[in-house]
Amino acid sequence: MKIAAREDLKNARLEAAAKMEKQDIRVLVCAGTGCVASGSEAVYEEFRNQLEGREGISLDFAPHDGTKIVGVRHTGCQGICEIGPLVRIRLGDKVVQYVKVQPTDVSAIIQRTILHGEVIEHLLYHGQAQYVSPSDIPFIAKQTRIVLSNCGKYEPDSLSEYIYSGGFRALEKALFEMTPEQVIQEVSDSGLRGRGGAGFPTGRKWSSVAHQPDPVHYVVCNGDEGDPGAFMDGSVMEGDPYKMIEGMMIAAYAVGAQNGYIYVRAEYPLSVKRLREAIRNLEEAGLLGNNILGSSFTFHMHINRGAGAFVCGEGSALTASIEGKRGMPRVKPPRTVEHGLWSKPTVLNNVETYANVPRIIMEGAQWFRSIGSEGSPGTKTFSLTGAIQNTGLIEVPMGTTLRQIIYDIGGGIKSGGTFKAVQIGGPSGGCLTEKELDVGLDFESVKKYDAIIGSGGMVVMDQGSCMVEVARFFMGFTQRESCGKCTPCREGTKRMLEILQKIVDGKGELSDLDDLENLAQMVRSMSLCGLGKSAPLPVISTLHKFRDEYEEHIVDKRCRAHVCGKLRRFIIDEDKCVGCGKCARNCPAGAIIGARKMPHKIITDQCIRCGTCQENCAFDAIYIEY
Amino acid sequence: MLERSCYDLADRCIEKHGKKPASLIPVMEDIQDELRYLPGELLSYVAKQIGVTEADAYGVATFYENFSFEPKGKYEIKCCDGTACHVKKGIAVIEALQKELGLSKDKHTTDDMQFTLETVSCLGACGLAPTMMVNGKVHPRMTPDTAVALVRELRGDNT
Repeated sequence: MKIAAREDLKNARLEAAAKMEKQDIRVLVCAGTGCVASGSEAVYEEFRNQLEGREGISLDFAPHDGTKIVGVRHTGCQGICEIGPLVRIRLGDKVVQYVKVQPTDVSAIIQRTILHGEVIEHLLYHGQAQYVSPSDIPFIAKQTRIVLSNCGKYEPDSLSEYIYSGGFRALEKALFEMTPEQVIQEVSDSGLRGRGGAGFPTGRKWSSVAHQPDPVHYVVCNGDEGDPGAFMDGSVMEGDPYKMIEGMMIAAYAVGAQNGYIYVRAEYPLSVKRLREAIRNLEEAGLLGNNILGSSFTFHMHINRGAGAFVCGEGSALTASIEGKRGMPRVKPPRTVEHGLWSKPTVLNNVETYANVPRIIMEGAQWFRSIGSEGSPGTKTFSLTGAIQNTGLIEVPMGTTLRQIIYDIGGGIKSGGTFKAVQIGGPSGGCLTEKELDVGLDFESVKKYDAIIGSGGMVVMDQGSCMVEVARFFMGFTQRESCGKCTPCREGTKRMLEILQKIVDGKGELSDLDDLENLAQMVRSMSLCGLGKSAPLPVISTLHKFRDEYEEHIVDKRCRAHVCGKLRRFIIDEDKCVGCGKCARNCPAGAIIGARKMPHKIITDQCIRCGTCQENCAFDAIYIEY
Repeated sequence: MLERSCYDLADRCIEKHGKKPASLIPVMEDIQDELRYLPGELLSYVAKQIGVTEADAYGVATFYENFSFEPKGKYEIKCCDGTACHVKKGIAVIEALQKELGLSKDKHTTDDMQFTLETVSCLGACGLAPTMMVNGKVHPRMTPDTAVALVRELRGDNT
């Protein structure tokens, strides 16, 4: 249906409400990347197949004839990815959350829950207690969902459901009740800061672009979430694409842009698909195009897929990539707000930033400021992963402590483990340790502890993670992803990686630590762009907080986490060895000696720690000592 | 010389994205989606058509990791070595697959062109680490054994 004027939008709302409210029961199957991987699509199909044509039930929007109308819908990420596929059943006001649902569970759910309103206990979430409603589960109850408010409730592809959820009210308000200046003022007053990592005030950015003399402006959305271990922006794009697009449209109205670009990384095929579908639906409805809702506002959207370069998350590299060039950053100033895409003034914000905008326009700056901390209002999404009980996607007010996130929401460390550190901000961030558990997380506070909020990747580590190896891992990543344009980053990351590799290989010297520190400071202060400037952070933070682990690797040749393979020692158990000689024959280094039918011995100095002997031993006589 | 159909494909992609320099990346992506690699000859053709120099086009194609001048196998396996997968021992899965398929850090595609194995830095399903993706489908919670079993199952489908 065409939504060409305010009147049409009003009718679309009524129509959407009529459709939604006719559904007596809604079956909401999570279609986030995590649950799709766990097989939620088969569950969704099974529900549709079994309900289709079933007596007493009409599927989705069939006319009301005394039968129960059951809507079977996909939703965005419901959060607790660990125990997917997740299914919510809405029965009137009551919502039941089922976890780990298999296609074979579907007929019981239909029979008992959908037809008779009973709860199936073994499919419920069991934590410290058994929870029926999702809002009772501590993991969900302790969150504040603004950006993710629709995830788990509505079909991401459906424009009608987005409109039902309150969608495009903010755009309508902006277009007809506010001037562009008022929109910018509201966003400035709200204190919204860029959620991509740097935390730059969004309102100030918009205002700079709006005041540029060049008449052509662009808005660009950075959906190139390349930080390994982070999937917040992907979840927003695939879970609630319209909200992010509405945010971009409001930005475009505010700064006077007619074209917007979304840059999505290629590893997120689901995000690309849902965004394309959303844009197509909006174009068909007339909500994207010329004279939107009959106003003078005209806006077109384009999607660009990334091609696997982490550096394209940097502003000037991202715009170069959209222009079809190598994604290499350039010297600034001039900044993107003056000289961005096609050399025009450009607003470049990240997915989560745009997704905050509609609600700010609707509820006002004061409301937004009532959430979060003084300097960092609002919420932040985090992807909680690693050695934690409940992995998944969360959204909490800025200023929430690490302890609340890990223990209250995340349910603590995975069985048997003890907390060691959290890597926050990915390869551009640092780690926080037990000492920092009670620090409220916001843009300022985290910086004091050699880390950054970053985009929101949060990887929890227990005693099984080696901090030196983690630093080497991140340096390996940034070294690979360095574009090579400036020398400090190109050469500095390479040299740092070599030193870290040397240490985990057991060949480190104590002087290496000073070299690392010096190199890290050099790269940090002299690199051209954010990638290089932040690349040494994981090294700096682990060096400062886990220096004893570095020293153990160097002096004692020991890795307490039992991770670094080159620091393990293979030992032959004399009681078990029968002297068959198979290990000695297969040893590539000739490091095993012993007479036939007598216990053999490994010469530690010659051993290259490859493990071939252990693989070949038929008597289980070779063990590892760390 | 490539087959005529490859040039037709390139023409279709150019038509879709427009005959302009900015179309270079989307056109190359679409060609690679279709052919599973980017033939050098076709890249030269595209460059000429959309008005960029061959050198610039080559520069762009080699800058981005996703473009490959080498044909890829029927099954493209992307093993995740992002942070979450890394701390959950994703490396062991990669090593097991390399061993099973006879591949290494430098050899990514099997001689029979059935499998290509690549390491990537995050598939966005970190809650279910370690993960891998086979032809666009994400497989969760891999172990060396389940990964090898999956490859064997795929191989069985072909013979």
